[in-house]
Amino acid sequence: MAWFKKSKAPIATPVEAKKVHMPEGLWTKCKNCDETLYTREIERNLNVCPKCDHHFRISARERIALVLDEGSFAETDPGMTSVDFLKFKDSKKYSDRIKAAVAKSGGGDALITGSGTLDGLPVVVAVFDFGFLGGSMGSVVGEKVTRAIELGLEKRQPVLVFSSSGGARMQESILSLMQMAKSSAALAKLRKAGIPFLSILTDPTTGGVTASFAMLGDLNIAEPRALIGFAGPRVIEQTIRQKLPEGFQRSEYLLEHGMVDMIVPRREMKERLAQILRILTRQPAPAA
Amino acid sequence: MQYFLEFEKPLVELEQKIRELRDYSTDSVDFSGELAKLEKKAEKLREEIFSNLTRWQRTQLARHQNRPYTLDYVKHIFTDWFEVHGDRNFRDDPALVCGFARLDGEPCAVIGHQKGRDTKEKVYRNFGMPNPEGYRKALRIMQMAEQFGLPIFTFVDTPGAFPGIGAEERGQAEAIARNLREMAALTVPVIVTVTGEGGSGGALAVAVGNKVLMMQYSVYSVISPEGCAAILWSDGTRGPQAAEALKLTAQDIDELGTVIDEVIPEPPGGAHNDHAAAAAEVKQVLKKHLAELRKLSGEELVEQRYRKFRAMTVVEEPH
Repeated sequence: MAWFKKSKAPIATPVEAKKVHMPEGLWTKCKNCDETLYTREIERNLNVCPKCDHHFRISARERIALVLDEGSFAETDPGMTSVDFLKFKDSKKYSDRIKAAVAKSGGGDALITGSGTLDGLPVVVAVFDFGFLGGSMGSVVGEKVTRAIELGLEKRQPVLVFSSSGGARMQESILSLMQMAKSSAALAKLRKAGIPFLSILTDPTTGGVTASFAMLGDLNIAEPRALIGFAGPRVIEQTIRQKLPEGFQRSEYLLEHGMVDMIVPRREMKERLAQILRILTRQPAPAA
Repeated sequence: MQYFLEFEKPLVELEQKIRELRDYSTDSVDFSGELAKLEKKAEKLREEIFSNLTRWQRTQLARHQNRPYTLDYVKHIFTDWFEVHGDRNFRDDPALVCGFARLDGEPCAVIGHQKGRDTKEKVYRNFGMPNPEGYRKALRIMQMAEQFGLPIFTFVDTPGAFPGIGAEERGQAEAIARNLREMAALTVPVIVTVTGEGGSGGALAVAVGNKVLMMQYSVYSVISPEGCAAILWSDGTRGPQAAEALKLTAQDIDELGTVIDEVIPEPPGGAHNDHAAAAAEVKQVLKKHLAELRKLSGEELVEQRYRKFRAMTVVEEPH
């Protein structure tokens, strides 16, 4: 028997109201500085962490909106899709992986291509979507990037490729490998024709994409702290059985070793690209 | 010590028996009847084993340590060979050999991956895995061949480009990429033969040819079966399964229709059993393709090569 007894029933709080309703993704933890941030704030900052300047990965559509003039983008080959011609199966069938990725992304493949204007300058762009099977390059990506280069050649417009890819797509085996040769061969033509090709490397760009067009820019331009390399860090560690140096394969490391021309933060990218293109195509500077 | 693969074992043992019996034969003792029987048996056994090889077994054959390497083919196919060294920037890469020679009198450039046979040489050749300077040396020689109007023969046999810290720092990706672009623009005939392992970008960097040929027991793939298994199943020991999925054999790739021009047959039991015979077959095929390419001008060669690689596409498009 308690000495004191509550004479009244406790004030009932509806169970529902106890929970704070947090919509999914309202807060985001920055992978680099561990700061918990208001997602909207990151988005307003072009998906760059306002605290540490970490550049989050963005989708191809977001990238296009950031770089091209509003409403100028005309997509090419939007309906091209991958085929499971080897009937490749690991834990899942490749055909099912394609279907799932298409359903998630709303169509297409790991690369969006088209033409548009950048600060008024006509350009052809090819933009990777890392969200689609890790931005991997199979026949579709290789074919679209090659067609984009050929379009630049035909219209005599600069070609810009924004890479973000794990490399060649294993599920298309040898044909994925051949996309590297095909796209690089197209670049040989563009080069001969004297049309600028700018390669913009974003996090992450590795494997067969790095070892083909992504490293072949007249200028190679990287976003800050992007992972850029040929072999993945894990493969290298396993091969040489030694710890990798700090900052290995990051943009800053590549700049130091002479593999990229410059590092450009996302918010300055469009302006810098316009400046470069005007110089390389010998156009007057815009009126201040 | 004799080296053989597990599935070759019964055949190797039988062949050993035949050799011993032949050694015992003298003028007074005649085993010829017995020998003929055993030889017939060996032939049947060889056919049995080699007509049912899995893709993994073919991969093992492609990596067989007695298999002819580039310098073996050079010895049997070309005359007047001299090797040249260095990329003029960093160092010489022994994993990729380059030089000049003659094919039945005709001057040409020869480039190929080189593996080692014993441990010491394997280490010296870095297991046939080039560093960036190897690819840059190859490009220097290919462009020199173009300058002097010489056809180029390349021999592909590598597990892949070397994945190391130095390789990354010196631009492994850039070196490979540049070769792809520059090979596409060469105005002389380029004939590629995949002799063993066609290991991904490290192979392709010397394989953008007007003609691409594969030896019967060679493989060519975007990733090694072990690497593929490590990624897909987090288990590098499932290489045999990955080899099946990757469809990496010369026959598989020939079936795709666009990637290679011809599969070169090997002597019974594989090229490692008879280097001279394997090389003789390669030589005939190389001469045939060179004669064909000789009919094209420099510009036509560039265009033919471009069309060839341009056609390597399987996609679905709305009409």
